[in-house]
Amino acid sequence: MPEVAHIALATGFALVLIGFYGALTQRNLLRIIVAFTLATTGVNVVIVAIGHMSGRTAPILDAAVPAAEAVSRVIDPLPQALVLTAIVIGVGITALMLAYAYRLFETRGTLDIARLTELKW
Amino acid sequence: MIRRALVLVLLAVLGALFAALWLGFTPAEELGLTGRYYAEHTAPDLGAANLVTAIIVTYRGLDTLGEVTVLFLSAAIVGLVLAGGRPAARRKPPVPAGELLATGSRLLVPLILLLGAYVIVNGHLTPGGGFQGGAILASGTLLLLLAEPLKRFSHGLITRIESLSGATFVALGLLGLVFAGGFLDNRLLPVGTLGELFSAGLMPVISVLIGLKVGAEFSSMLASLSETEDS
Amino acid sequence: MSSLGMDLASNLTSGLALLLGLAMVLAALVAILVRSTPIAILSAGLVSLFASVLFLILAAPDVAMTEAAIGSGLTTFLFFFVLARVRGGESEASDDD
Repeated sequence: MPEVAHIALATGFALVLIGFYGALTQRNLLRIIVAFTLATTGVNVVIVAIGHMSGRTAPILDAAVPAAEAVSRVIDPLPQALVLTAIVIGVGITALMLAYAYRLFETRGTLDIARLTELKW
Repeated sequence: MIRRALVLVLLAVLGALFAALWLGFTPAEELGLTGRYYAEHTAPDLGAANLVTAIIVTYRGLDTLGEVTVLFLSAAIVGLVLAGGRPAARRKPPVPAGELLATGSRLLVPLILLLGAYVIVNGHLTPGGGFQGGAILASGTLLLLLAEPLKRFSHGLITRIESLSGATFVALGLLGLVFAGGFLDNRLLPVGTLGELFSAGLMPVISVLIGLKVGAEFSSMLASLSETEDS
Repeated sequence: MSSLGMDLASNLTSGLALLLGLAMVLAALVAILVRSTPIAILSAGLVSLFASVLFLILAAPDVAMTEAAIGSGLTTFLFFFVLARVRGGESEASDDD
């Protein structure tokens, strides 16, 4: 049986690839934004998986994990703090993309990128 | 379709890169230098049981301040982009929510807000903290928005909560610069004993401020997006 | 705990992670390939929900909480708010391809 970190890493990479494929092939702007959130989730899974160590506990001290033994008992808290930040910023970015998409729909009446041809070359 | 072929080639290259990374990955056995420092020093120095919250609130407090600022900017831009909205004549009056949702939300919203407050205040002891609790507070606002679409959402109140907690956050950070070890040092208040609610110095206070700020920002984003049609 | 018990526990965790990973990849594929946009949005929310359970298995309860509250809760609602506005005036089906 492979380790949890390897499985999670593979899942994260797969999600990133699926998200990129969707973002590059979809024509509806809303669907492109959905694909971007999938890729974001994938990247977050990858970062947390890299920080994981088998046989250790979450980075929270309590009666079971006294402060003196913390170094040998807990996993790395740094990737988790990073991902926490990334998730919160991610929803801000998603809201921003959705607001722009809605504005675009209001002025142009469509979300199909094939019909938005001003910047096409 | 030459475009689709290009996309597939790009993804194949990326996939090969990922496969190489995956094959070369071995999970770490020991903590890295930074992780070791945090694991050794968090409990004795800062008195916090949750290392992740300690990093977010104190060790990397300045980054968190930057992050809530980014979040504030994005909420403000969402409001700005959507404010121009469609002309008033085309707006339809909103459909009132069903009896079940309206009554249920009256029971649930106080409970959700209580859970949010609990998660925020215990952030230095158990999983949780300002960001998680703030998101829970915002989901309470979301339920209110869904249950009572006829009521006007008070942007003024949200803005006041947001700016007040932001200003207090910066002020506490500056006080730490003068009276303790540095910007946002949590030893401005006594550190106390590990594992008690009133411990870890300034950490619960800053968690509350982050929670209020994040909750207010998410609420304002949700309200801006939900008001585009029905107001 | 005996070494046999440890082995069993770690195998169970690995199996659960494998199951979750497969479910996430499947839900992501549904989100990309399905024709109807609401189902795509819900599938993306499902991916986030599974991801939060996976974070719990990876011993990251803080991240799991954030992902569950923000990634699968608020984001899904943001999408649906916009989708409801866009539906009203959409004259042409834009996801035929």
